[in-house]
Amino acid sequence: MTMPTRTPMHTRAPMPRTRVARTYPIKTTDSADTTADRPRKDPTTEVAMAATLKDATAIVGIGQTPFAKQLPESERTLACRAIVAALDDAGIPPSQVDAFASYTMEETDEVEVAKAVGAGDVTFFSKVGYGGGGSCATVAHLAAAIATGQASVGVAWRSRKRGSGPRPWSNTTVQLPTPGQWTRPYGLLRPADEIGMLARRYMHEYGATRDHLFNVALACRNRANQNPAAMMYERPLTRDMYMTSRWISDPLCLFDNCLETDGALACVLVSAERARDCRTKPVYVHSAAQGLPAQHHGMVNYWNDDPLTGPAWTAARHLWKSADFGPQDVHVAQIYDAFTPLIPLSLEGYGFCGRGEGAAFTEGGALESGGRLPINTGGGGLSEAYVHGFNLITEGVKQLRGTSTAQVPDAATCLVTAGEGVPTSALLLRS
Amino acid sequence: MSPIMKATTDNGLLLPVVDEDGAPFWEYAARGELRVQTCADCDEPRFPPRPCCPHCQSFDSAWVQATGRGRIWSYVFPHPPLLPAYAEQAPYNAIIVELADFPRIRLVGNLVASPDAALNSVDPARLRVGAPVKVVFTELAEGVTVPRWMLERP
Repeated sequence: MTMPTRTPMHTRAPMPRTRVARTYPIKTTDSADTTADRPRKDPTTEVAMAATLKDATAIVGIGQTPFAKQLPESERTLACRAIVAALDDAGIPPSQVDAFASYTMEETDEVEVAKAVGAGDVTFFSKVGYGGGGSCATVAHLAAAIATGQASVGVAWRSRKRGSGPRPWSNTTVQLPTPGQWTRPYGLLRPADEIGMLARRYMHEYGATRDHLFNVALACRNRANQNPAAMMYERPLTRDMYMTSRWISDPLCLFDNCLETDGALACVLVSAERARDCRTKPVYVHSAAQGLPAQHHGMVNYWNDDPLTGPAWTAARHLWKSADFGPQDVHVAQIYDAFTPLIPLSLEGYGFCGRGEGAAFTEGGALESGGRLPINTGGGGLSEAYVHGFNLITEGVKQLRGTSTAQVPDAATCLVTAGEGVPTSALLLRS
Repeated sequence: MSPIMKATTDNGLLLPVVDEDGAPFWEYAARGELRVQTCADCDEPRFPPRPCCPHCQSFDSAWVQATGRGRIWSYVFPHPPLLPAYAEQAPYNAIIVELADFPRIRLVGNLVASPDAALNSVDPARLRVGAPVKVVFTELAEGVTVPRWMLERP
């Protein structure tokens, strides 16, 4: 298999910074066009149109609650705790918050959050669909709003009580956002069943084995064992435990599935200029993308030409097109891991290896600390907490601040991805 | 309440929650016919059913009968936790069938030993990606018939 060459860790130089010009050049194509009939464009509008997201904003605050199977507080209270903690981390008073972004399946809306934490007048709010596919898009939407002057201080959050609360597939009358009439009567009831179908096909086409899926589960568990905040902090995983565990949806066993977690997380985004005045080291949003591929069908993506190339491939094309570096320059990645097979699929989609090579990529400790691509360094959804992927964003920030419990030395670039298998999103972060 | 409006069978299996685009599929199934929505202008089949052809944007469609033969594209064996009616039969199979005469049209279903047999009526060792199957129909509730699949070589 062909692999992009990777800079050895000890020779890594900081990524070249391109943040020199924060005022973006005004396009001059219209400047000689004074005789045109159309009205002259307002120069400020032209600046906005020419604006790029690249390094224009930074995450300057992160916050989280404890993670547990069951927390006593309500989802709303947990949301507020995470947001207040993130603002405190940034050193920004809640009254200055004027933008919110969240994703669907969030019980607490921006009205509740804004009034509870004491936000000021809010001029931008956005809610991204498709569950875990929306995680990185919350940050992307805030970045776009701030870069274009619609707001100045943005908060994105996720609060869930999936550990102790109801599950969408346990109620016969609740329809998941999938074409349920074609799947649910046949007992294809849960996300694990839906992804299990793609996993079986992937294993069949490319010779992937349960050992490859175990490699994913183990890497996440090993990082969780280093992270005192992780639900699986003191619970190591062995191959024997994995291979003899109960099935959830054969070919997926217990350890192929993410945790059921109560908890909340938040982050604070501001412009790059303002970030310099915050109390934390800025983590810049270098590139951001959403991905809804042509003829995509959600988690039951069985009905297009090539079901094994999912939304990650679409998001990746846009993500890399807008970036100054490529997959070979990513020092650490936080890849959405509701289920282990999403990792090999995402490794292929985001260009770390070729089609069908994702399983083989996991061999030889590649995903572990010191490996070719350390992933999910807080433990991820499989072993830290499953909060629809928001902990992957905050862990990416910790890596680039240098404060992760499984710190990749000199990490300066991080890929964060949202749920693969549903309309998705991704971020490239840099220090 | 008509059966089609019920959420489950008497013993708790989920019934299809039919939408306007999907309704013809279920009406044909009730007659024992497996039909695929196909563009009336460019002849491109599409699934799941939808109002407009994604290839030529025509709003006219026809429902073309399939031979009912196909191959298993993938399969899972769900284990609990599951809804009670499914947990009782677990582990059972859920399969995806790629239709022989409509490549890329893939239907989720169950592989059964006979049309009305339980979802766990086929030995799991018999399931293989690529195994040839043929359609059968079972009436889940009054007026609600779903396609199921049997091995071509049982």
